[in-house]
Amino acid sequence: MTLLRVETLSKQFGGIAAVDGLSFAVEAGTIHSIIGPNGAGKTTVLNLVTGVYAPSRGAVYLDGAMVSGKPPYELAACGLSRTFQNLQIYTSMTALENVMVGRHLRLDRRLLPSLLRFPGVVRRDEAARDRCIELMEFVGCGRYVDADAASLPYGALKRLEIARALATEPKLLLLDEPAAGLNATESREVDAVIKKIAAQGITVILVEHDMKMVMGISDRILVLNHGRKLTEGAPDEIAAHPDVIAAYLGAAA
Amino acid sequence: MTSDVHASAAPARRGGLARALLRPRTGGLGLLALVIALLPLALPNAYAYDVAINAGLNAIVCVGLNLLIGYAGQISLGHAAFFGLGAYASGILTTRYGWPAPGALAAGAVLVGVLAFAVARPVLRLKGHYLAMATLGLGVIISIVLNTESWITGGPDGLMLDDLTVLGWTLAGDHTWYGIVGVTLLLTVWLALNLIDSPVGRALRALHGTEIGAQVVGVDTAHYKVLAFVVSAVIAAVAGSLFAHYAGMITPGKAGFMKSVELVTMVVFGGMASTFGAIVGAVSLTVLPQLLVAFEDYESIVLGLIMIGTMVFMRRGLFVTLLDLAKSWRRS
Ligand SMILES: Nc1ncnc2c1ncn2[C@@H]1O[C@H](COP(=O)(O)OP(=O)(O)OP(=O)(O)O)[C@@H](O)[C@H]1O
Ligand SMILES: [Mg+2]
Repeated sequence: MTLLRVETLSKQFGGIAAVDGLSFAVEAGTIHSIIGPNGAGKTTVLNLVTGVYAPSRGAVYLDGAMVSGKPPYELAACGLSRTFQNLQIYTSMTALENVMVGRHLRLDRRLLPSLLRFPGVVRRDEAARDRCIELMEFVGCGRYVDADAASLPYGALKRLEIARALATEPKLLLLDEPAAGLNATESREVDAVIKKIAAQGITVILVEHDMKMVMGISDRILVLNHGRKLTEGAPDEIAAHPDVIAAYLGAAA
Repeated sequence: MTSDVHASAAPARRGGLARALLRPRTGGLGLLALVIALLPLALPNAYAYDVAINAGLNAIVCVGLNLLIGYAGQISLGHAAFFGLGAYASGILTTRYGWPAPGALAAGAVLVGVLAFAVARPVLRLKGHYLAMATLGLGVIISIVLNTESWITGGPDGLMLDDLTVLGWTLAGDHTWYGIVGVTLLLTVWLALNLIDSPVGRALRALHGTEIGAQVVGVDTAHYKVLAFVVSAVIAAVAGSLFAHYAGMITPGKAGFMKSVELVTMVVFGGMASTFGAIVGAVSLTVLPQLLVAFEDYESIVLGLIMIGTMVFMRRGLFVTLLDLAKSWRRS
């Protein structure tokens, strides 16, 4: 079953086309990676899919319904969640509170019950707190539960964003370079976390430069270059593709 | 790693009395109640009571305004106008139309809430800092209306009010008003602390940190900014109503631009994103001018200097800076 379908999607920034007539589909329950050299347009694709940018042309369909043009907070309610290449952490809050914001749509957000601290609000907040602590342990930053987010090391912040995204209980999770800046051990841990996430039935779109990780965990790989699709296929097809070796792997080797 | 987590989380949960006392909602509120209850012992005369009551009213406004400035990260340069509208609503409805005081107070609060919503909603849908400009404009307009529509507002001379009567009881005198303002302040602080530690409050703090980061987990950022603005405006209106009844008169100056700037300065000086900081800011900047009567003519200059000084030397405000100092002193 197709969860996400992107059709002739384009995004212009001034004169340049960051994404140019891109079409692809993501099957539910798979890990679908997007790779490509710096500036290929990978982050822009995630921004278009999650509503951070509106497309210049083309459309995005989630479960068959057109969702492009919707703002990010509505797409979150549709089951989309993501992390950022350049972190977007709420630095004046604790690590746990960051993750708890991820429960936003699942909690009682009415003004009056919040102001008067109704028992229901407190009870659901307590449950959310426990669930978010579990999520922090799940992604491997459980030791920072009570810490201020601003005091966390970079690698922990990367995982904190994954925990926050998971707290929304997404259908589709988009990860923008979750292993960037991590050492080899940390990368392997994040690799394992992503596999566990996919095993729970959450569809994952993964943007990543770490080829070992991408080749190891992806069901399908989309290769971007200059905002266009260079090729798409299973990991072994991609590894053997001459254009990919030339444009991307070759350049890295 | 898992055992590690429980080891660190458990003591925090169990708490103990000392920890409960350090938590804002339990300890902070208790301490504030104690200070409010004991302060009269140190108030020698009617003048001191008057300063304390005005400080309390300013503190109520600032606790609300801090939700907007400190937590949601938005600036309003028109909150004195909301205070003024609350005051005038009470004055006009009770004296000219014979409304009961609580009804007039509620009507003022609703009016200001609706007005704040109508102004903030279109402005906050736009990106950028347009709220400051819009509230500046709104404040100026309201000031002009209060000054010129003398048939109903009394014009520059202002409006006299009767004593506050609730269900046949007349509430007057310093001690009574000290009590009313003290209880209202405690109630406001309780509501603010509840809000901050709720899904709504977390959404506000999150969008202050990063709007995109808040939106992608489902926070309708514009909605929550509007909400913070409306809540803070309504609190200002209620404080205004109380002020009008307490003072027995209201003049347009109370709703003017300088008064709005003063309120923002109080919040910034005391400590943004700290409810008790807002109270400290409001109280110090209400008391200070009383001590420095000689500077009366230079009040706006002094305000400006305090604002600049705070931004340069203690970005987090007096209260939080002192709290941090105390903590690091205890640790060493
Ligand atoms: N907001 C923006 N305004 C202008 N140009 C942009 C903007 N965002 C991206 N671009 C441009 O679009 C192109 C694609 O950028 P994008 O960030 O999507 O690449 P990427 O594949 O994620 O690269 P990297 O691997 O470095 O993260 C680049 O040329 C970039 O400069
Ligand atoms: Mg990128």
